Amino acid sequence: MLAQLLFGKLTLDAIPFHSPIIMGAFVFMVLIVIAVLFFITVYGKWAYIWNEWVSSVDHKKIGIMYLILSFVMFLRGISDVVLMRSQQAIAAGENLGYLPPEHYDQIFTAHGVIMIFFVAMPLMFALLNIALPLQIGARDVAYPYLNSLSFWLTFAGAMLCNASLVIGDFAATGWLSYPPLSELYYSPGVGVDYYIWSLQVAGVGTLLAGINFIATIFRMRAPGMSWMKMPVFVWSALCAMILVALAFPVLTVTLALLALDRMMGMHFFTDFAGGNVMLYINLIWIWGHPEVYILILPAFGIFSEVVATFSQKKLFGYTTMVWAIAIITFLSFVVWLHHFFTMGAGADVNSFFGIATMVIAIPTGVKVFNWLFTMYKGRIILATPMLWVIAFFTTFAIGGMTGVMMAVPPVDFQVHNSLFLVAHFHNVIIGGVLFGYFAGFIYWFPKAFGFRLHEKSGMWAFAFWVIGFYVAFMPLYVIGLDGFMRRNSHYANTLYQPYLIVAALGAALILIGIILQILQLFLSFKYRAFLRDHTGDPWNGRTLEWSIASPAPLYNFAVIPSVNSLDQLWVNKQLQIGEGKIHPNRLHYEAIHMPKNTPAGCIIAIFAGITGFALVWHMLIPGIVGLLGIIATVIAKSFITDTDYYIDAETVRRTELAHLKELAQCTVK
Amino acid sequence: MHGEVMNIDEHAIYNDATDVFGFWLYILTDCILFASLFAVFLVLNYSDMPHGPTLKHYVNLSDVFIETMLLLASNFTYCLSILNMYQKKLLKAQVWLLLTFLLGASFIFIEVSEFIHLAHEGFRWDINAHASSFFTLVGTHGLHVSIGLLWILSMIIQIPFLKASHIVMRRMTYLGLFWNFLDIVWIFVFTIVYLMGAM
Repeated sequence: MLAQLLFGKLTLDAIPFHSPIIMGAFVFMVLIVIAVLFFITVYGKWAYIWNEWVSSVDHKKIGIMYLILSFVMFLRGISDVVLMRSQQAIAAGENLGYLPPEHYDQIFTAHGVIMIFFVAMPLMFALLNIALPLQIGARDVAYPYLNSLSFWLTFAGAMLCNASLVIGDFAATGWLSYPPLSELYYSPGVGVDYYIWSLQVAGVGTLLAGINFIATIFRMRAPGMSWMKMPVFVWSALCAMILVALAFPVLTVTLALLALDRMMGMHFFTDFAGGNVMLYINLIWIWGHPEVYILILPAFGIFSEVVATFSQKKLFGYTTMVWAIAIITFLSFVVWLHHFFTMGAGADVNSFFGIATMVIAIPTGVKVFNWLFTMYKGRIILATPMLWVIAFFTTFAIGGMTGVMMAVPPVDFQVHNSLFLVAHFHNVIIGGVLFGYFAGFIYWFPKAFGFRLHEKSGMWAFAFWVIGFYVAFMPLYVIGLDGFMRRNSHYANTLYQPYLIVAALGAALILIGIILQILQLFLSFKYRAFLRDHTGDPWNGRTLEWSIASPAPLYNFAVIPSVNSLDQLWVNKQLQIGEGKIHPNRLHYEAIHMPKNTPAGCIIAIFAGITGFALVWHMLIPGIVGLLGIIATVIAKSFITDTDYYIDAETVRRTELAHLKELAQCTVK
Repeated sequence: MHGEVMNIDEHAIYNDATDVFGFWLYILTDCILFASLFAVFLVLNYSDMPHGPTLKHYVNLSDVFIETMLLLASNFTYCLSILNMYQKKLLKAQVWLLLTFLLGASFIFIEVSEFIHLAHEGFRWDINAHASSFFTLVGTHGLHVSIGLLWILSMIIQIPFLKASHIVMRRMTYLGLFWNFLDIVWIFVFTIVYLMGAM
């Protein structure tokens, strides 16, 4: 009885000892964790990690933690790719491949969930945290503690998803877990429950982060930065975060209803007793379609920053750029039905959504032309961020065009759920979102870490990635048109096989690209003294984040800048205001008000993770402990009034002086 | 470049406005959460032939009317509490808060008894989609009210410690927004679920 209350459905049978792949991955993970813990203990860094990172409410550090989370999960998402591509390359005709179907199904589900929720979203929030407050001249986000909570909830969600690898299984339903397959009577295991609760926990984190950044952009801009003087990245972030605030509650509801179906025997999405399967599919895409725009809009913002900086020219058509983003934001809410034209909603409904979808191509086209016109007659520097942008133009244009093709309902009936679709969305998500985030990562890396990334290895990584992308996905378009459906672990017709072998080779090229990126990180760290960004402005930037030291001091801006034009830093540099910054000894500094670090965010997230795990396995006692833990932590934190402190003016002066000295030395050189 | 440097008090006020703005944003997201649940309720109740029993045969509107009155009254007592807070009459504020708590708790008590009664009569959440959406929508509102009750309780305990400080005043503002918001949601629940459902 007690064991039932404590462990619920969980028994030792849930751990797949018999599967060598899973146990291998498990042993590998455990070894890494033990190694990390060992080195932290040996070097006595526990206090440092707890005080400076886990408890940190500093947006710059939270950004770096998002980066690390995204990177680790990326490795897991990419190992799923290796498994899937190699399986499909061999599993033709007689050969059944090496992965049983039920395992293959979990792998493609995990791949989608991890890449969207635990790679792309954290990477986006990493870049937002690192760059956005600096771009608007703020000292932090609006709610630093909430920011920490958001990160740790995302982390807890990711860990819950990882736990499913070893304890129990993950959903085998595809990344959106459509019912009735995800209902209890077709998926009796805990896979879908892992799916639901890891996304619920991470989703709350995302929603809170969305609120935080909207408030930051609305309330924390430097004096003089009116709406139409905000950098385009800030605009794109604002629109993406508004989408987060509008779309994520729908995801919360949808997953909660599915959970109620599974746990309480309710009938929202069952195919009897009045349940409505299509209701789920509508709801999930009312969240899901905006979600892809949540990912791509900040990438558009990054392209705008990078193109202007590396063309050394003002962004062409700023106003149209802003309006294009705003229109895309609106349109992203009226196209969700194009994900299921085959539902049978009727020609009138399908035409409406088909046309609405095609209309999105117009503002997007405006943006692409604006970027091209920015480059026109610019003095282009082909540094790695710019390379990614150029690769984006061609790749995204192709992905956009196949998207418009599929927006035509009769065409969609042919290619629905085929590899053509898979090729299309990878085309826009890799070619748009990922290339954009890579550009942003390289671009803002010096601001976060104080040194640039090694350029040459970055260029090689770029080459392998882009070529690998085309080799991997163009064959999928071809066989998708020929009728090869997605999510097959095996196919009878061996005529498809050559294409899938080519696709696997493409994936191998991408993998080399990723290894080169890791090498790039390693080389950059090794030569960090040489690559050091002394000036704080390594790219001859245009916006405020480049006006301060790299990495940014704890308080960001010693004196809050005042803004009276777009590209304020560029204007300052043209007017020679930046040349010979005012000597700190001649400036009057004030003490700076800062939030104190707190581990509450991490503690709440740990309890949330426990609650999620307990809900997956129907454990009563741990579930209650988790919930009470969350409530107790929130209430206990509310009694602490000592939440802020001041950095005194003298410390600020000394920090600024040190930066000025470094700056002067490098000018002499 | 001369930045605007604020003194401490201005900073606190500036922070307060920002914080309340953020709370409004939260309320907005909660609105969407309830909107989705209402949409689900309407889809599952009006688009199809009803499958089995519906709320109409079981509901007791007079109980629901009492619930409505209790919640509205609790809103009034909350406003009295916050008025007393403004005048730094802490004890009075606490008493009104306690009354708010009692009214809210009675609301929850009646709601839970109603749920038990319905389930007992055969209108359980797992009999059909209609019942599922009814219990989920009303239950989500009830869950929100319960969280609000917990919050009221911790404010009653907190006021003697932190007095009428900035932080307490700010929390009272949030709580007021939250409590009002739940009232407004209840008006929709009362109209759409109970009045329209009983027709």
